[in-house]
Amino acid sequence: MTVKQLSVFIENRRGRLGEVLHFLKENKVSILSMSLADTSEFGLLRLIVNDPEKGSKVLNEAGFASTVTDVIIIKLPHIAGALQEILELISKNDIDIEYAYGLSVEAEDATIVVKTSQIDKACQTLKDNGIGTMSPKELEAL
Amino acid sequence: MIWSKNETLSREEIEAIQLERLQETVHRVYEKVAPYRKKMDEAGVKPEDIKSLKDLAKLPFVTKQDLRDNYPYGLFAVPTDELLRIHASSGTTGKPTVVGYTKGDMDVWTECVSRIACAGGAKSTDFAQICFGYGMFTGALGLHYGLENIGATIIPSSTGNSEKQLMYMKDFGTTLLVATPSYALRLAEVANEIGIDPKKDLKVKIGLVGSELLTDAMRDEMHRYWGDDMLITSNYGMSELMGPGVSGECEYLNGMHINEDFFIPEIIDPETGEVLPEGEKGELVITCIKKEALPLIRYRTRDITRLMYEPCQCGRTTCRMENLQGRSDDMLKIRGVNVFPGQIEEVVLSVEGLGPHYEIVVERDGYSDKLTIRVELAKATDSFKELEKIEKEIRNKLRVVLGLDAKIKLESPNTLARFEGKAKRIRDLRKGV
Repeated sequence: MTVKQLSVFIENRRGRLGEVLHFLKENKVSILSMSLADTSEFGLLRLIVNDPEKGSKVLNEAGFASTVTDVIIIKLPHIAGALQEILELISKNDIDIEYAYGLSVEAEDATIVVKTSQIDKACQTLKDNGIGTMSPKELEAL
Repeated sequence: MIWSKNETLSREEIEAIQLERLQETVHRVYEKVAPYRKKMDEAGVKPEDIKSLKDLAKLPFVTKQDLRDNYPYGLFAVPTDELLRIHASSGTTGKPTVVGYTKGDMDVWTECVSRIACAGGAKSTDFAQICFGYGMFTGALGLHYGLENIGATIIPSSTGNSEKQLMYMKDFGTTLLVATPSYALRLAEVANEIGIDPKKDLKVKIGLVGSELLTDAMRDEMHRYWGDDMLITSNYGMSELMGPGVSGECEYLNGMHINEDFFIPEIIDPETGEVLPEGEKGELVITCIKKEALPLIRYRTRDITRLMYEPCQCGRTTCRMENLQGRSDDMLKIRGVNVFPGQIEEVVLSVEGLGPHYEIVVERDGYSDKLTIRVELAKATDSFKELEKIEKEIRNKLRVVLGLDAKIKLESPNTLARFEGKAKRIRDLRKGV
């Protein structure tokens, strides 16, 4: 199962991240997790939010370049080596991961956000191996 | 069709006419126009010193400032009662530039525009809709008289009210459009909005565009809207020289043919004023050799181009000037390379994923110049790869076009300044900081 992630392009300029967060707050879009990757000139802010479509709309209206992307949120038990096992499974099936970051929620399982260009194959592989992914509904309930 | 046999003379014949007319003009202005006499005396040159066309380089330049300093009629070579018409440039800073025409000047103007209209494919059977503003601006009336002279039917619709323009176009059967390239595109956009497909529903097959730069990207865009079979030619002129009619493209689209029996072109280095060898790029300087009221000598146009003397396939033997690259006022010298914003603009427009706005920043970095191009992302992405691809594409293209390495700065949409009038896209931080 896939969920929608909000991605925002931001220049490396003082206060720019704060501006993004300001617009999200003003429009009651709440953030469940975030990752910020950057080069020397710009960064990509990736957010798991309660309403990604709305978040993207308000940011684009405010002059940001934002988009909504499909990602997978994998559930994994709090056991040492659990993540490694899943990654090995993914890689054995010739699926490349573009990036990954943790989703911090208080639950029984740990969760990790994964982006891959072979998203359908990844979902199927996880499902076939009995590994849980988070649905949009579950996400909304958080 | 070639309108005049003077467009197909041999080089010797053209030069003979030019020398005779040049000598006559120089004698006349020295005698009748005090500011010219003063300039020539200061430069130590007398009318008798002009023995060959090469001697033209001895004469001092005339600039827009000279026209302002002698506002309104100080550079005129005829008594004002011989004037038939006055035009003026908009004059964004200070007083407008005033130009005047005698009966003879009007005839020359009409002749020149008739030639460039024919070069651009106009025929006596055409219905020509003139979407230039009628008034003090020379564009509309210049094209009007020239096209009327070749027997075309004129629809003097002027500018504005695009929907009505399109109604005229459709109902009156317009076949030829006179407009700026940007207005031609705007008209096509409005046409699409109101359900008219210019390709199918209109009969416009000829576009005579002018008074703005026509880049290849713009011409392609025009073809996309108006159809591939439309012949779109650009033409050149400025009110100080006469108005439209100085030069224009033919159907082979390889430069604008200059009416050389009326205008002598030169290319100079805009910084030193030196005349450059044939084929080199620089500032266009024009000498009017058959004008009565305002015969400007070595007028600095500020436009950057290159001259080509090889004969054209169309049969015309006149010198051609390359489509304009920009204004010398806008030229930047970066690490010794001449850079025109127009070159950078073409690159920016050609890269997918970017908006049309950009800013050029030049800084001093130690002993070297640093060039940064700020551009806006038009489309959001979640991928660094895509962003890097855009950066790399602009950098590579700029290296090919300019031979310079530039730093590319991607920005969010709506970050760069927007302009209603003339855009200011250059920040040169090297001076006076």
